[in-house]
Amino acid sequence: MSRLLVLLLLVAPFSWSAIDAYEFRSSADEARFQQLTAELRCPKCQNQNIADSDSPIAKDLRREVYRMVDAGAPDTEVIDFMVTRYGDFVLYRPKVNSQTWFLWYGPYLLLGLGALIILFIVYTRKANRRAKPGGDNLALTSDERARLDELLKKDTKA
Amino acid sequence: MIPELGTYALVLALILSVLLSTIPMVGAHRGNLLWISFAKPLSVGAFFFIAISFVILTHAFLVNDFSVSYVANNSNTALPWYYKMSAVWGGHEGSLLLWVLTLAGWILAVALKSDDLPADILGRVLGVLGIVLTGFLLFTLLTSSPFERLLPRSPAEGADLNPLLQDFGLIVHPPMLYMGYVGFSVAFAFAIAALLSGRLDAAWARWSRPWTNIAWAILTLGITLGSWWAYYELGWGGWWFWDPVENASLMPWLVGTALVHSLAVTEKRGVFKSWTVLLAIFAFSLSLLGTFLVRSGVLTSVHAFATDPERGFFILVFLGVVIGGSLLLYALRASEVKSESSFGLVSRETMLLVNNVLLAVICFTVLLGTLYPLLIDALGMGKLSVGPPYFNALSVPVGALLMFFLGIGAVTRWRRQDGKPLVKQLVLPFVAAVVLGVLTLFWREGEATLWTYTGVILAFWLLNMALTDISQRVRRRSSSVWENLKKLPRSYYGMQMAHLGVAVLAVGIAMVSAFNEQRDLRMSPGESQRVGDYTFIFEGTQHVEGPNFTSDKATLRVLYKDKPYTVMYPEKRLYTARGNVMTEADLDPGLFRDLYVALGEELEGGAWAIRLQFKPYVRWLWLGGLMMMFGGFLAASDPRYRKQARRAAKQETVNA
Amino acid sequence: MRKLLLFIPLALFIGMGFFLWKGLYLDPREIPSALVDRPMPAFELPSLTEPERKLSAADLKGEVALVNVWATWCPTCKEEHSFLNQLAQQGITIYGINYKDEPVKATAWLQRYLNPYREVILDQEGRLGLDLGVYGAPETYVIDAQGTIRYRHVGAVDAKVWKSLEAIMQQVQGAGA
Repeated sequence: MSRLLVLLLLVAPFSWSAIDAYEFRSSADEARFQQLTAELRCPKCQNQNIADSDSPIAKDLRREVYRMVDAGAPDTEVIDFMVTRYGDFVLYRPKVNSQTWFLWYGPYLLLGLGALIILFIVYTRKANRRAKPGGDNLALTSDERARLDELLKKDTKA
Repeated sequence: MIPELGTYALVLALILSVLLSTIPMVGAHRGNLLWISFAKPLSVGAFFFIAISFVILTHAFLVNDFSVSYVANNSNTALPWYYKMSAVWGGHEGSLLLWVLTLAGWILAVALKSDDLPADILGRVLGVLGIVLTGFLLFTLLTSSPFERLLPRSPAEGADLNPLLQDFGLIVHPPMLYMGYVGFSVAFAFAIAALLSGRLDAAWARWSRPWTNIAWAILTLGITLGSWWAYYELGWGGWWFWDPVENASLMPWLVGTALVHSLAVTEKRGVFKSWTVLLAIFAFSLSLLGTFLVRSGVLTSVHAFATDPERGFFILVFLGVVIGGSLLLYALRASEVKSESSFGLVSRETMLLVNNVLLAVICFTVLLGTLYPLLIDALGMGKLSVGPPYFNALSVPVGALLMFFLGIGAVTRWRRQDGKPLVKQLVLPFVAAVVLGVLTLFWREGEATLWTYTGVILAFWLLNMALTDISQRVRRRSSSVWENLKKLPRSYYGMQMAHLGVAVLAVGIAMVSAFNEQRDLRMSPGESQRVGDYTFIFEGTQHVEGPNFTSDKATLRVLYKDKPYTVMYPEKRLYTARGNVMTEADLDPGLFRDLYVALGEELEGGAWAIRLQFKPYVRWLWLGGLMMMFGGFLAASDPRYRKQARRAAKQETVNA
Repeated sequence: MRKLLLFIPLALFIGMGFFLWKGLYLDPREIPSALVDRPMPAFELPSLTEPERKLSAADLKGEVALVNVWATWCPTCKEEHSFLNQLAQQGITIYGINYKDEPVKATAWLQRYLNPYREVILDQEGRLGLDLGVYGAPETYVIDAQGTIRYRHVGAVDAKVWKSLEAIMQQVQGAGA
């Protein structure tokens, strides 16, 4: 079975020569086409957008996007068209809904949590320092001072 | 006969690695120096046999031994010899052997270069590395041996290496990448050794730093090479796709970057100790997770090796043991650690804490986005995709924050920094950055967005802050500027170079994203097209024969401001063995812009579909990566480490 | 308290490990049809066997049936074809959509390998396929008596696949009655 999978992968036709010579009414249209095809996923390929894939279905979908952009359809219409037929799978930019709120907002939650942790760490250290009698215990004892002098002497020689 | 020797060599290596996992560890636990002393020869032996095994596999490729099924699937008699050698790691089994070889190499390096380490630490470090090596050798021998045979009927000809891989990139990218993220196993091993021995002091950080910096620098190189390779090889001019396998290499890098910084703080200030240990565990865990993602079939990727759930299960169990075990050890032992000093809200420690948090957030974002489709599917909630729009939308703002704080951190003092003098230092460089950024972009034709401005301004910000810091250090005492510059340690220069590399990378990303121009059009011989200041004139195609392909080679004359500039030759190749059609784009590289031409399909009337691209500053991406790499190597080569490490070791043995 | 916090990374890892384990047994490349429980898309296309006659979604109503998307350029379609013939002989209604193909080739192919289809819709441009969300032949849909799509299978139909398709068809039949 694994051998079959290996063979299948070896003959899988993924390639990147997806260059169509479409003519656009304006450079804004061309830019829209490039952006839309970059954000739509090829339903059949192994993780490519329809702009880069040369598979027949990607070609067909590019043709559809071109047709709609040329006819003046807004981006939302093109996206709805694709999602109606292929599902959310074809969107590289996931929709923002109850299923994906953690995806979109989770990192910011973590960022906020991180900021709180930093403040917490800094303030507990400050509190600990104040709690110790005599303030910082970072002053050197006379023993430690003697050792420090020794080491400094060695260091300047090194 | 010879391929079987390859298997035997691996078995011998496995035996040695099992011994390496146990004897030195027990020795360290019991204080038995003799048992610990076995670690070095065992490491050398394991490496030796694994290297033999690797050489045998390479030999099989070079002599076209198609009785070995891995060779038959990945090679061909017509394949040039240098690609035969790199085809060794072109598929799952061989690349796994490369992983094993790389790990054995790092183990050898640690064994040979660690005479300064206390014996019990060395024993534990090599012991942990031995456990990891054992796991991978078992995986290779039990599920993914590259030496399996296709007997009695072996094919007369091989299936050929995938044409996309028949390129210089395959020769360099995987080895560098593996050397990088396998190298984090050393930091991991040091962390585990520290937890096991209960000695989580600053000395541990000092030993760990050079290894971690080197692994990080190599991984930076590996990722940079991957991006560069994809760019010139694939024909669409992209340089990063947030593909699961790319993310699998980026995540250890992000955590590795946090680790490199955290280790610095732990060494210098004795704080963040348990956090640094956790980062070291995470960095290598992400490397292992990456191995799982790429080889288990759990995620769809253009890079993924063809595998099956059986192999995926093995790796998952291995992950469970190694990562689960280390996190359990962490949970049990890390609370015994105490900080050696304290710091204020505005201090370099806090800035580095911010650095770590921001890098962790980006890593979390990448992990979340990569695994989310799997999560939703496993919960039965359908199928969705997460791609570049998501990753870009989330990582760009956090990356910008990172750059902002980097600039501030560059001049912030350790332990306690007074707010007002700090802000005073920042105002002028910040204003200058904004002015320079706006000036650079304003006159430029194209679609600069707010983020483009942010990226360029922040890059100038980093430059200004670096200059500010250097000028402060250089003007400090009565000696001359030049003398002060010479006194600055190598690690300081390494840091500056790496940080400037970040600025260069940011400029590359900002400029190429905003000002990239692409035209896909139909061109007949004689037709021309203008893109920016360049005119491309299509002169037709010719038929060419290569060693294992035939091709249509197009000629495009390029004019710059209407004067002849260069000629470009994109190709459309047909690889005869597999029947794959590949486009070979042609590039005119430059420091400030690339011209990129790719050939599509032939249309009626002798016309062709052609893609023309103008990509400003794209080389800055990889230049930034290389600068970061150099910075890492420079810092790791600081002779202070070796002196201090030796002194620390002597101190340890005196105190023990 | 701090001790408990230290267990968080382990807990998170175990959680993630669980999902990764589940993921081993899922197929990330299998996409369910977006049209489940929606009506067959509207179309007006000629029939392969009678080119002057136009077929539409109404022609597919009346009973629970299979709709098979196939083409002569698709090797897997040839593999499943004999099984489809068997099903047709058993009385299962199968409609065919000849997807992005040439009518002459398709007719010859059906003559050679037999025709299990009640009707064959000629979708040369692939528009109906696009509206259905077809991304690779062969694909087989289960539709109910009102012409609503109930399920889609991507890939060849063999005895094993038929078991689940049959179960679905019976379920749909029961629900509709």
